[in-house]
Amino acid sequence: MIALQQVTKTFTISPTTSFTAVDNVSLTIERGTMTILKGPSGSGKTTLLALIGCMTRPSSGRIMLQGVETSFFHATDGSEGFDSSSLPERFLTEIRRSTFGFIFQQFNLIKGISALQNIMLPAYPTGEQQPVVKQRALELMEQFDLLRHCNSPVEWLSGGELQRVAIARALINNPIAIIADEPTAHLDSQLSNTFMESIGLLKDSGKTVLIASHDPIVYNSPLADLVVEMRDGRIVGMEPSL
Amino acid sequence: MHHALSRHRNILDFALSSLLRRKAKNISLFLVYTLIIFVIASLIFFVQALKREAALLLTEAPDMVVQRMIAGRHDLIPTNYAEKISAIRGVSEVTPRLWGYYYDPVFQANYTLLVPDTAPPPPGSIVIGSGVARNLRIKTDDLVTFRSYSGTPLLLTVSGIMPLHSELVSADLVLMAAEDFQAMFRMPKGVATDLAVTVANPRELVTVANKIVEQFPDTRPILKSELLRTYDSLFDWRGGMMVVMLAAALLSFVIFAWDKASGLSAEERKEIGILKSIGWETGDVLLLKFWEGAVISLTAFLAGVLLAYGHVFFSSAALFSHALKGWAILYPQFTLVPTIDGYQLSVLFVLSVLPYTAATIIPAWLAATIAPDAAMRS
Repeated sequence: MIALQQVTKTFTISPTTSFTAVDNVSLTIERGTMTILKGPSGSGKTTLLALIGCMTRPSSGRIMLQGVETSFFHATDGSEGFDSSSLPERFLTEIRRSTFGFIFQQFNLIKGISALQNIMLPAYPTGEQQPVVKQRALELMEQFDLLRHCNSPVEWLSGGELQRVAIARALINNPIAIIADEPTAHLDSQLSNTFMESIGLLKDSGKTVLIASHDPIVYNSPLADLVVEMRDGRIVGMEPSL
Repeated sequence: MHHALSRHRNILDFALSSLLRRKAKNISLFLVYTLIIFVIASLIFFVQALKREAALLLTEAPDMVVQRMIAGRHDLIPTNYAEKISAIRGVSEVTPRLWGYYYDPVFQANYTLLVPDTAPPPPGSIVIGSGVARNLRIKTDDLVTFRSYSGTPLLLTVSGIMPLHSELVSADLVLMAAEDFQAMFRMPKGVATDLAVTVANPRELVTVANKIVEQFPDTRPILKSELLRTYDSLFDWRGGMMVVMLAAALLSFVIFAWDKASGLSAEERKEIGILKSIGWETGDVLLLKFWEGAVISLTAFLAGVLLAYGHVFFSSAALFSHALKGWAILYPQFTLVPTIDGYQLSVLFVLSVLPYTAATIIPAWLAATIAPDAAMRS
């Protein structure tokens, strides 16, 4: 479970100017559910995802992660977890690497290397042996129908294939949660629906899914358990989907 | 421990594939780097080998040379000085020497003419250095005509050519009989160019030199140690020229490293952002950039040093020997004996590989300290 308690994120632009991207947000995301953050551009969706995904720290408030196993914290039944907002960068990296899988709007794949190597990249610094990682990457490629592009450089792939490589990369370290920021922004309706089907399968396998999107295909999806509407950094609406 | 090794291996693996991705850029970096190391290492090897060569040659030089002076200039010395000097306590042998220079107006070259102490060629014949043979395009048994100081031609037969291994000093050498030498320069008998003095106890050299000056105030004794110093400063002068070249090469290296330091492309920055966002720590990115820099600098250093070794010791430093071997018209052609100064090579390693690696890491470090969420906003 991920619990945000009165989380605020303020960016200081100059000594006299600051900008509050997320303003006093409290939210609980249950394990194994799909949560959609919707709202117009600049509403704070991406910043909220970055806060939850331990990519940045909140200016105030707490982000509790429950049921997350790390080298510095061993979860026990009934434990309320730990507050990720006060952890040093080293621990945040570890959580980011092992707990969350990220899918970015621009896919953020590295050009010039193969799809397989792109998928394996997040596992390199973990010190896991390459043959083991490679085997897992190949299984993911098979799952997402990418095996024939195994050794192709990513710039040869189509938009839908790039999207699937990005999903496979997000899954390589077997994370508990998948965080996707505007994942369908560069996809047509058909590919967007296919993406949602893939994400639905991940949810079914027990992954917690968190998506920021202003695409109706995403926030109207029957797969969503919770749709959070944001505007100007605040939550303005929250509805259990369907 | 096992994980740490695996992490290094994985990141090194990715570093190699990163280098291959930017083939054109990295090959050009490698070539420039190798060229700079090649030039510097060649200079180091070359000067070191020349110094060694000179030191070896001087081991056979006499302990002391005595010259006669007139009005502060070198003059011929009467051979009867030799008998009186050999009577000084501590002197074991005094040999009058005949040597001088001859300018060949036809080929516009200077030769060194010398009458050897032992086994001089018979009158009418000469033994020549290979540089002279090359210049005059002559071989053994050919006839050579030198124009004597009386204006009459002196006809000499080449009885031999000196072997190549001694060419550093023998390239322009012509060995001849005393009679021919005296005829050549219209030199009276009973005088020599200078006297070679051997002293039994080297510690007495200065005392003997003082006694010679006391008895013969018109002479100037020159000690072997002074000769060594002169040779050393001669090579150091050439070394001074080397320092200029070295400074130029090092300067170009600094410019090259600086360019690299400030030259992290937008694509490389973006990649660092991506790596950070997918769970790489700043330390992982630095390790990646360290390996990228280390692979290029180590291979280029090795290639540069090996090429320099081949250039200096197998092709006799063909690229810049003319500039560094001195002013002689007859350039010696010889193969230098391989000699490597580990200290100088280590200094070169420290001055090139370390700054380059640092130059690779610093911009990467600046790029890697960005917040990982920056990639989400790109």
